[in-house]
Amino acid sequence: MSDLSAIPVPVPADAGSSLEVLREALCSVHPDLCPLFSIEFADSVLMVSRAQLHATAAKLKELGFERFGFVTAVDFGDDFELVYRLQSTRFGVGMSLKTEVPRDEPAIETITDLWPAANWHEREVYDLMGIEFIGHPDLRRILLPDDWVGHPLRKDYHDDDVIPRPDYI
Amino acid sequence: MTSTLIGLLFGLLAGLAIALAALFGVWWERKVSGRIQLRFGPQQAGPAGLFQTLADTVKLVLKEDVTPAAADRTIFKWAPLLVFTPVALSLLAVPFATGFAPLDTGVGMLLFLAVPSVSVLGVLLGGWASANTYGTLGGMRGAAQMVSYEVPRTLSVLSLVVVAGSMRPTIVMGAWRWWWLPLFAAGFLIYLISSIAEMNRGPFDLPEAESELVAGYFADYTGIRWAIFMMSEYGAMLAASTFGAAVFLGGTNGLPGALGVIVLLLKAVAITTVVIWVKWTFPRFRQDQLMAFAWKVLTPLALLQLLVAGIVAIWL
Amino acid sequence: MTIEIESRRSVTDEAGRGVDELVVNIGPSHPSTHGVCRVIAHLDGEVVVKAEPVIGYLHRGIEKMAENRTYLQVVPLTDRLDYVGSMYANWAYCRAVERLADIRVPERAEYIRVIVCELQRIASHMMGVGASGADTGAFTAFVYAFDIRERIVELFELLCGARLTYNYVRPGGVSADLPDGWIEACRAVVRAAPARLRELDDLFFGNYIAAGRMRGIGVLSAEDAVAWGATGPVARGSGVPFDLRKDDPYSVYPRLDFDVPVGESGDAFDRGRVKLFESIESCRIIEQALDQIEAGPVKASGLPRLIRPRPGDAYDHIESARGSLGVYLVSDGSPRPYRMKVRSPAFCNLQLLGRLAVGHTVSDLVVILGSLDPVFGEVDR
Repeated sequence: MSDLSAIPVPVPADAGSSLEVLREALCSVHPDLCPLFSIEFADSVLMVSRAQLHATAAKLKELGFERFGFVTAVDFGDDFELVYRLQSTRFGVGMSLKTEVPRDEPAIETITDLWPAANWHEREVYDLMGIEFIGHPDLRRILLPDDWVGHPLRKDYHDDDVIPRPDYI
Repeated sequence: MTSTLIGLLFGLLAGLAIALAALFGVWWERKVSGRIQLRFGPQQAGPAGLFQTLADTVKLVLKEDVTPAAADRTIFKWAPLLVFTPVALSLLAVPFATGFAPLDTGVGMLLFLAVPSVSVLGVLLGGWASANTYGTLGGMRGAAQMVSYEVPRTLSVLSLVVVAGSMRPTIVMGAWRWWWLPLFAAGFLIYLISSIAEMNRGPFDLPEAESELVAGYFADYTGIRWAIFMMSEYGAMLAASTFGAAVFLGGTNGLPGALGVIVLLLKAVAITTVVIWVKWTFPRFRQDQLMAFAWKVLTPLALLQLLVAGIVAIWL
Repeated sequence: MTIEIESRRSVTDEAGRGVDELVVNIGPSHPSTHGVCRVIAHLDGEVVVKAEPVIGYLHRGIEKMAENRTYLQVVPLTDRLDYVGSMYANWAYCRAVERLADIRVPERAEYIRVIVCELQRIASHMMGVGASGADTGAFTAFVYAFDIRERIVELFELLCGARLTYNYVRPGGVSADLPDGWIEACRAVVRAAPARLRELDDLFFGNYIAAGRMRGIGVLSAEDAVAWGATGPVARGSGVPFDLRKDDPYSVYPRLDFDVPVGESGDAFDRGRVKLFESIESCRIIEQALDQIEAGPVKASGLPRLIRPRPGDAYDHIESARGSLGVYLVSDGSPRPYRMKVRSPAFCNLQLLGRLAVGHTVSDLVVILGSLDPVFGEVDR
């Protein structure tokens, strides 16, 4: 039996220049997104508003971010920050697409129409954080039992079984 | 009266033979499979682990006898015996020594092939008695498989009958010549593969391995009841190996008495080792592939073998 | 291993004819080595029309627990994520911490990390291939694969004392240097492994029955692989040559010369073979790393006992045996992470089960699940 084909992929010189290449490309194609783009911790971040998220995601997918990493949420008290991680083979970098969702109205449009991979990730965010994804084909709990009450990853989640760790450091 | 007593005696002996065959068979299987898998197999119980099966049997006897609540009790109790008894009967037709078989009838070959078919009922009923839809389906699949593989097995043995000119097993064994080896090589392979499939063993054990995911036809049997299923499997292995050695490989080669028996049993052990080897090397067939193999590959080849045998018989 | 027939539903197909659909629950515990996964399969006769994996049986709240532990105390938690590949689970987390806290890892530590990660990759693939063997009934292939894995696990025991969950890769380096004689022992294992791997390939994948069980089963197209976020051998089996070690290189991989095996047909057979050939390539990587490694410190100098990164967030990922495993950390300046998110490749790949199983039988469903190679510690967290 023969060996499978091995395709060596050209390696970019160093991460810094790939990020600059990405910034150039983004600013030339979508100049409106340019001020929202930043490079932090040697990684690219794009911060947009909730209403713009779906459109921006579509633009990024066209630009070359064909691969979906994950979506997650961080509880910052007044609002939740949603982080979408995308990966591009063309630029050889990943990008964090961020948006904010207010705590009293935690809902946002789904992106499963752009990347079917987002299906279970959005379900997980709904399950553990309580953020509703409008238009999701099958939004229900995934990790916790269907009859669970509450969203555990929220900072204000209270459960009689959870013992808070003493702050002795 | 005496014939009844002799019949009872032979029946008892057949049961004992199967028990011994199972004892030896399980030990041998565990040793051979262990060595194939780069390990030793049983070592602690007795010299070279010989008493391991005995220890396991004692454990099985001591287990609680559980019958599923929703199962049909009568059928549940009798299904294992329905699998065991035909195998024991078929053992009676095997020629163990030159000119001797416990039940040496003029239709011995047919007896050996046809009687174990009744085990199929036991498999079906065992699955039915599990009170479990998928268990019943597993039983039906097992039955379909066993029935399908009867055809190539019977045809391959039939080609021997045609050349030997008789259906009495002792005569067929006596009529063996060295050129039967190349002539019936294909037939022997077909017989071996079909026998493995008949026993629901080796690459053909999907109905019982599906019990890994789905309750198979004997998953609800515990302790001694399960042991009876296992004994019938090993008994069938003994019967098939010894019969195959006797008629396809020359059997006792005309040697008298005990010497002949030893030669025959050595050949039977060789065949058993090959059967064990096959099981532990190959993955298992999927149900549809299994049936296709029986009907589209083995049966035409067996028919071809029969044709060749017929031509040789006429020519002789 | 319980099978419960939940209901017999009468549905109608497109032509309006009544079709009896059997809903079968393949229970969370099964004798296959895949872990706790429940699959609800809708069958039309023998054929699966819908298969839905139900997960969450191993959910322990690791991400929530991480919020209450210091950055160093989180490392043993990451061990238990992908427990078949603790070394690289540790490494993905440590990379995220190092990116966040701006820690430079010494070169010897990087080489050690690459060596243990590649050894872990071989061990994990042997688990995956062995499990495929056990599913299809080739128990000897299972034992042969585990024999290779045993040599590697013995090496790990010499290295850090543990056989399964190592807690070895720490933020800033590794916990302790290689013991005397370890490099020679490792070299011996890695020299013998390729021949044994090829033997395993011959024994299992070269077998006519195994090919019949795995070829054409669970075919994943390249477009689907990208759209559904599949990474690792699942994506590479479909012809998508995405490997983070080449596409987004990290650590000392740019200095090492290796190929990335890619399949063609995207069926379970190709996925399995990709795993096997990746293991052979890993042996090459390890030998080069063993040649290139030099003396030096194995922990970053001046590292505080309590790591306090500045506020912000960072993501880093590595190529694990299952795909791209990443950790996203949010820091608020305190010694504990504010939020830890693990991007687990097995979770992403498992979504595909429903799509891949349609049109196959229940026996094929198990083979497909095996070829996706999920580890539920990682899927459920």
